[in-house]
Amino acid sequence: MLINEKIAIEHGLKSDEYKKICKLLKRTPNITELGIFSAMWNEHCSYKSSRIHLKKLHTKGKKVIQGPGENAGVIDIEDGDAIVFKIESHNHPSFIEPYQGAATGVGGIMRDVFTMGARPIANLNSIHFGSTQNKKTKNLLRGVVHGIGGYGNCMGVPTIAGQTSFDRSYNGNILVNAMTLGLVKKDKIFYSKAAGLNKPVIYVGSKTGRDGIHGASMASASFDEKIEEKKPTVQVGDPFTEKLLLEACLELMSGDSIIAIQDMGAAGLTSSSIEMASKGNLGIEINLNKVPCRETKMTPYEIMLSESQERMLIVLESGKEEIAKKIFDKWNLDFAVIGKTTNTKNIELFFDNKQVANIPVNTLVENSPMYDRKWKKSKLPKKNNINKTIFKSLKIKDTLKKILSSPNVCSKEWIWQQYDHTVMGDTIQKPGGDSGVVRVHKTDKAIAATVDSSAIYCWAHPLTGGKQVVCETWRNLISVGAKPIAVTNCLNFGSPEKEENMGEFVECVQGISEACKYLDYPVVSGNVSFYNETKDIGIKPTPTIGGVGLIKDYKKMITMDFKEIDNIVLVIGKTEGHIDQSLLSRIILNENNGPPPEVNLFNEKNNGLTLLNLIEKNLIKSAHDVSLGGIITAISKMCIKGIKGIQIKKPKFLINEIEYFFAEDQGRYLIEINPKDLKEVSKILDKNSVHYDEIGKIIDKEMIIDQKTKLTIDELKSYNTNWLKSYMV
Amino acid sequence: MKSSVITFPGSNCDRDMDVALTKFGFKNKMVWHNDQELPKSDLIVLPGGFSYGDYLRCGSMASKSKIMNSVINFAKSGGLVMGICNGFQILVEAGLVPGVLLRNKYLQFICKNVHVKVDNKENAFFKNLDKKVLEFHIAHNEGNYFCTNDQLKEIEDNNQIAIYYCDQNGNTNDQINPNGSIKNIAGIFNKEKNVLGMMPHPERMIDESLSGEDGSIFFKNLLNNIK
Repeated sequence: MLINEKIAIEHGLKSDEYKKICKLLKRTPNITELGIFSAMWNEHCSYKSSRIHLKKLHTKGKKVIQGPGENAGVIDIEDGDAIVFKIESHNHPSFIEPYQGAATGVGGIMRDVFTMGARPIANLNSIHFGSTQNKKTKNLLRGVVHGIGGYGNCMGVPTIAGQTSFDRSYNGNILVNAMTLGLVKKDKIFYSKAAGLNKPVIYVGSKTGRDGIHGASMASASFDEKIEEKKPTVQVGDPFTEKLLLEACLELMSGDSIIAIQDMGAAGLTSSSIEMASKGNLGIEINLNKVPCRETKMTPYEIMLSESQERMLIVLESGKEEIAKKIFDKWNLDFAVIGKTTNTKNIELFFDNKQVANIPVNTLVENSPMYDRKWKKSKLPKKNNINKTIFKSLKIKDTLKKILSSPNVCSKEWIWQQYDHTVMGDTIQKPGGDSGVVRVHKTDKAIAATVDSSAIYCWAHPLTGGKQVVCETWRNLISVGAKPIAVTNCLNFGSPEKEENMGEFVECVQGISEACKYLDYPVVSGNVSFYNETKDIGIKPTPTIGGVGLIKDYKKMITMDFKEIDNIVLVIGKTEGHIDQSLLSRIILNENNGPPPEVNLFNEKNNGLTLLNLIEKNLIKSAHDVSLGGIITAISKMCIKGIKGIQIKKPKFLINEIEYFFAEDQGRYLIEINPKDLKEVSKILDKNSVHYDEIGKIIDKEMIIDQKTKLTIDELKSYNTNWLKSYMV
Repeated sequence: MKSSVITFPGSNCDRDMDVALTKFGFKNKMVWHNDQELPKSDLIVLPGGFSYGDYLRCGSMASKSKIMNSVINFAKSGGLVMGICNGFQILVEAGLVPGVLLRNKYLQFICKNVHVKVDNKENAFFKNLDKKVLEFHIAHNEGNYFCTNDQLKEIEDNNQIAIYYCDQNGNTNDQINPNGSIKNIAGIFNKEKNVLGMMPHPERMIDESLSGEDGSIFFKNLLNNIK
């Protein structure tokens, strides 16, 4: 087949990019080579629109063992232990085929983690769907939840936390972001950098089939009405094989046979072999006839571009082939020596004794396109002039009911009960809390993890929104008593070719970076998902942040359920009454404009670290961060979980009562303390200049706001738990 | 006391079971499905998980594993065998306990705490247990126990129902039945009561920091009964 520009464009390449390929090769590529270029140069693999901005992220810190650029990030949790973690998107495939798309998203991220030698110990996910009125939403939600559960449950890795949101902007593009944490000994971490000449290159895992060809290219383009035709680009997951692959890899990793290892994710054999060669500054020679294939007559082009799941590529020490083969035989997995490392610095492919591709590795990686796309700075919207008389017409009870049962606040039990969250026997905080927490097996330590995003705030003002998401995960970790260590980010945006979308991206990244730097909470891994748009309608900017923290003594973990009657509840952080972009504003007042709440990084850090100090001194009985729906929503959840009520003390309102209860000012928490500790707690808070208000006292089974406004715990619970269940029937 | 936990390809609660058995004083060995011989054991456990991916009927592939001949012989000679979750499904497929396990009634995987009522204490598993209702934990997709009317009559006549799903006061009714099991059955014995299959995971309830501690009661009692 003669290659020309037209065929290149059909592969998703731009005309300029095709010309650049010809120039770099000093000839026209053949079809296999063109396929390889298109796979490596698409947005998903090359980060061509984002690279220039991602460099600005704050990625360094004392606890960082490995930052972005590897299969996953690695942080130090002391005693020779390390946590490997990453979040990744599987948005496009999940919209086309929700079960398989979500399942393989979970499978892919777990592979990224165990490729580095870590046993996965927890999964999390952040999933976003269109309006609940949209007729596709229910089936997509059902399929995605089944897919996530189907894969994670079978692997025997607990799913310990997550986030689900609904917004019209996801009608044509749902988001599925999956995150995995793994545990590894610091001196047993494996990397993808090949080293040494003539070392055997090994293929292990499932056979290669025709599924998922061009998956990465599909994920680098917008959707149109022909989306159904893209089904064959979605991979099919086999969690059973992945479980075997996990055990076999960890068994092989306990010895000293492996030089480098890389999972075959997006762009399969192409990107895995090229990344290993590129990092090692080597060449790789592969005989494609040796690749185990599921189907007959697969061409070199298909073999290189297949995204069949559950496969790994390994560079072994010479002479270790037999040891390795024995392990993979034991686990009934394919094992094949398919090539070797070379000094040519080229990727050379052979098929039927003929060379079918020969490309200098650096042309695919270092010379891949990088764009500094045009972007538009967004202005901070003007504050809404809310007519305060409207608050007088609102009843707190009705408003609270609407908010507690709104899709984005209601209990997600229907979802997380379908995920095995207790397997491995170390889950000490289940989904539904501020963070999920798992013990580090057979130690006193525990790891807390949370995942969050606030598309509404990011849409209203990307810079503030970017900061806010980071702070929200920080607060979620503090609330369970964990010292925040680092984050992973999944940046979901519309088309980078539009200035507005690119601007949202650039400014969200800037916000994330500022917050991470100030909080000493670096980004260690992540991914970018652009082109989340259908027929020109893009999603709201949705950077998702996964935060990870350490609890040194798991017995000091905090939960949000109210513990004891007569204990005092404090609001930490100042309530100014910011209503714009709050749930109250959007679902009660039907007002969608205005700026998001301001983020004060000094207060965030100061409030958080002071709370950790109080927790360390055993002064906090329960805690919960204040987020969507404000103070009263947060209190309701603490009541529901603890099956206890609260007598709310009339605070000295400087602002309207409605504003006080429903405002979404940042940097706030609710904490429960024993009355005998009040003096000491106040002293510490005052000394650290942390603002606090006393909001009430815990009582039995009723929330009493004033003599006319009382709600039983059963009422609160029914508002909060029933919506999703009845929606999904 | 010696125990053995069998690891099948796809088992994923084998480590949890090992941790639990060891914690309560068993000398536990892990046994590979492809082995022929069982180590000398007082108790054999088939753990939870997704053996062979459960791509065929759950447990059916594993029930044909090499080691299962030895497990069946061990059971037939009166040895204690316990199958949890996928292990229960394997026991059913191996014919060691009667009935079948169908897809959950609401067609969803379900992971949560449940209460179970212990009905029959004249056996090595529950003898001397001083609680009638235990809080256990379930995590399964196919735990909907089913058998024919004739089988059910036989099971009931022989006192083979080990535990029922119930509320915290021990009442069994449809509302608290999590998966649609006939008669709220959560676990069942063979005729001789030396083989127990149950859906709940006592090994996930062995520590106050976990979902609960009734698993500890179960394992401590089991060890004392075997001693």
